Amino acid sequence: MAQARGQVKYMTFGEGGLTIAFSALALLSIVVAAKAYTPGYAFHAYLFAAASVAAVFAIVNRYFERSDKPVPLVIDGKPNYNMGPVKLATVLSVFWGIAAFAVGLWIALELAYPAFNFNIPYIEFGRMRSLHTSAAIFAFGGNILIATSFYVVQRTSRARLAGDLAPWFVVLGYNLFVVIAGTGYLLGITQAKEYAEPEWYADLWLTIVWVTYLLVYLGTIMRRTEPHIYVANWFYLAFIVTIAVLHLGNNPAVPVSIFSPKSYIVWSGVQDAMVQWWYGHNAVGFFLTAGFLGMMYYFIPKRAERPVYSYRLSIIHFWALIFLYIWAGPHHLHYTALPDWTQTLGMTFSVMLWMPSWGGMINGLMTLSGAWDKLRTDPVLRMMVLAVAFYGMSTFEGPVMSIKAVNSLSHYTNWTIGHVHSGTLGWVGFISFGAIYCLVPWLWNRPLYSLRLVGWHFWISTVGIIVYIASMWVGGILQGLMWRAYTNLGFLEYSFVETVQAMHPFYVIRAIGGGLYLIGALVMAYNVWRTVYPRERLVPAVGLAPAA
Amino acid sequence: MSSPMPSHVSSATSLWHKHWLLERNSMLLLLAIVIVIAIGGLVEVVPLFYLRSTIETVSGMRPYTPLELLGRNIYVREGCYLCHSQMVRPLRDEVERYGHYSLAAESEYDHPFQWGSERTGPDLARVGGKYSDAWHRDHLRNPRSVVPGSIMPAFRWLFMTDLDYSHIAQHLRVQALLGVPYTKEMIAHALADVRAQDTSDVSGAAALAKRYPKALSRDFAGIPGRITEADALIAYLQMLGTLVDFKLYNDKANIR
Repeated sequence: MAQARGQVKYMTFGEGGLTIAFSALALLSIVVAAKAYTPGYAFHAYLFAAASVAAVFAIVNRYFERSDKPVPLVIDGKPNYNMGPVKLATVLSVFWGIAAFAVGLWIALELAYPAFNFNIPYIEFGRMRSLHTSAAIFAFGGNILIATSFYVVQRTSRARLAGDLAPWFVVLGYNLFVVIAGTGYLLGITQAKEYAEPEWYADLWLTIVWVTYLLVYLGTIMRRTEPHIYVANWFYLAFIVTIAVLHLGNNPAVPVSIFSPKSYIVWSGVQDAMVQWWYGHNAVGFFLTAGFLGMMYYFIPKRAERPVYSYRLSIIHFWALIFLYIWAGPHHLHYTALPDWTQTLGMTFSVMLWMPSWGGMINGLMTLSGAWDKLRTDPVLRMMVLAVAFYGMSTFEGPVMSIKAVNSLSHYTNWTIGHVHSGTLGWVGFISFGAIYCLVPWLWNRPLYSLRLVGWHFWISTVGIIVYIASMWVGGILQGLMWRAYTNLGFLEYSFVETVQAMHPFYVIRAIGGGLYLIGALVMAYNVWRTVYPRERLVPAVGLAPAA
Repeated sequence: MSSPMPSHVSSATSLWHKHWLLERNSMLLLLAIVIVIAIGGLVEVVPLFYLRSTIETVSGMRPYTPLELLGRNIYVREGCYLCHSQMVRPLRDEVERYGHYSLAAESEYDHPFQWGSERTGPDLARVGGKYSDAWHRDHLRNPRSVVPGSIMPAFRWLFMTDLDYSHIAQHLRVQALLGVPYTKEMIAHALADVRAQDTSDVSGAAALAKRYPKALSRDFAGIPGRITEADALIAYLQMLGTLVDFKLYNDKANIR
């Protein structure tokens, strides 16, 4: 070992500091757990304590295992990429994706057949719905964003990921946040702000993780040996920094006590509504759009082996997109008690947003110029191209729905649900699956188990999306029309529950669509599994051991 | 894959050349992003805090009683806002179906707001007083027993779980800190007010109604001798939208 060779080995500042910090957190968590007001909160405190103890153990263990020299940044003139955290985040995103789709299917069935609530508080629709959205956006989406951003920033900067423990802290810390948030909803711990439901202590933890994420990302860019910052990194950077701003703006809250999971948000009423949808719409704009555009700008050119279509278009649509998106929030509040001037501003900018969105779509699609034939032979590329097509479709639908006259019909209906899912299942899901199918063979350095299975995934999930969104469009518009229908005597034609009953067939069809999408994802998981653990004699399987 | 080199750049003075600066300097790029994304939010959010026309002048608004506030927290906990809006839009069918359109003033003390985004179930902004307590009890125990065709989950556990109100004074204190007009007296009586509102203790109820005008006191869940979560939730539902008297409300005075 190192000592045996007579050399002295020291803990780095990071190792020592983190060991102390996690020890302190473990102690604090145990005190909080002992005095917690609710069992749910005590459970979370114990989770924090267990995670902290595990972290201390892992850091100390790693210290004894590692060599006494720091990890080289460059080996034989090539960057010594740090792909361990990327591998873990990729696998976790597959896992969380399946969890999110399965919970989605379950709550779809709850709406079609309320017996699926089983009178159990933990799986009641209102609690499970937040679990579904958070699992899909933050667990599945977040992990694939972290994985691809860490991969892309290293490859396009030709530099090793900044930080030694920091990248691991980002991946593991983020997933601890996901577990705390998800179990919290089932236990009834929520601050009831859509897509920002986690309570104050989960928010604090996420803030620490996210700032570390930004520092690792920025540090890697600063280390780059390429003169330019590649366009994909602009989008990832905008995503990371804007989500930080949004998270801090939307979540300031005062807890009832440090021993209580309950807090009250600082904002109230109309201001809270505006701040919430400034956050909520830009969670779409920056988490689900800018981040995934970063993915598009790396994986599509790479897979198609063609350069990005237009450099100038990428400049224009990047700045226009991030500038305009921020304004679009109020279209979630049309005809509400939000002042008219804000609503009109929101509508105007939402319509304008159509242009930069399609700028991105054009740049993605036209990158295939001269390589369109690959769509016939490469189902992975086909998946990513369909993702961009869905992106184009839902970024056209969005501005249409943001027009006040349209919104008066569509708001509060299932049309919104259909719109969201054309964006998430079509765009976010498919571009992520494409990235996973690219990444796994590259990371584990072996061919994908089966391209044919990718083809099956593509078709099963595409049919699923179409069934899903078509049922929600038809159902949603029907719902909106029934609410405002009048008899020729001037009375409202339908009672509310009649409009609920009219939704039943659409809820059933939607569940079928969601089920197909889930089956597609399971096919992907099998494919990934067989790629990582091949049964043939290829190479000895490499597990998920932390990178040295 | 290397980034495009400045072969595109026609002259050193063109705008494209200037962008090159951002592409080569990560801190400048970061700074530019922060400035560009700050503008929209600042313009839309900040004026809402100082433009007086944002919130109408009405009479009748008061903070929630301690029991109502705890009921609201149960509404939050169970995720009711994911299916029920609390925001009647000024559209003919909504005003006829639910009542007067919602005012910003009506959610002035709501931390957080619960306007919602979906109507899988009906709007609840004015559900207070629309149904009897008995109806709410049946509906929460088994929604389909009173509304055949409803797809709402049953919430039976609310009737079996005693309300935890031991820390209610702390809740009120935090709310007061955030600007909700809870007085020292209200905070001091918070614990007693929870009990008073859920029983037929006449003197306690009178004192409560003095602190919180229009507060209703009775055994909401119909389980004598116990204060359950169902009591709190029904107390909350029964006061929703009842504070502002729309017979007296002058919407001409508040045209925005």
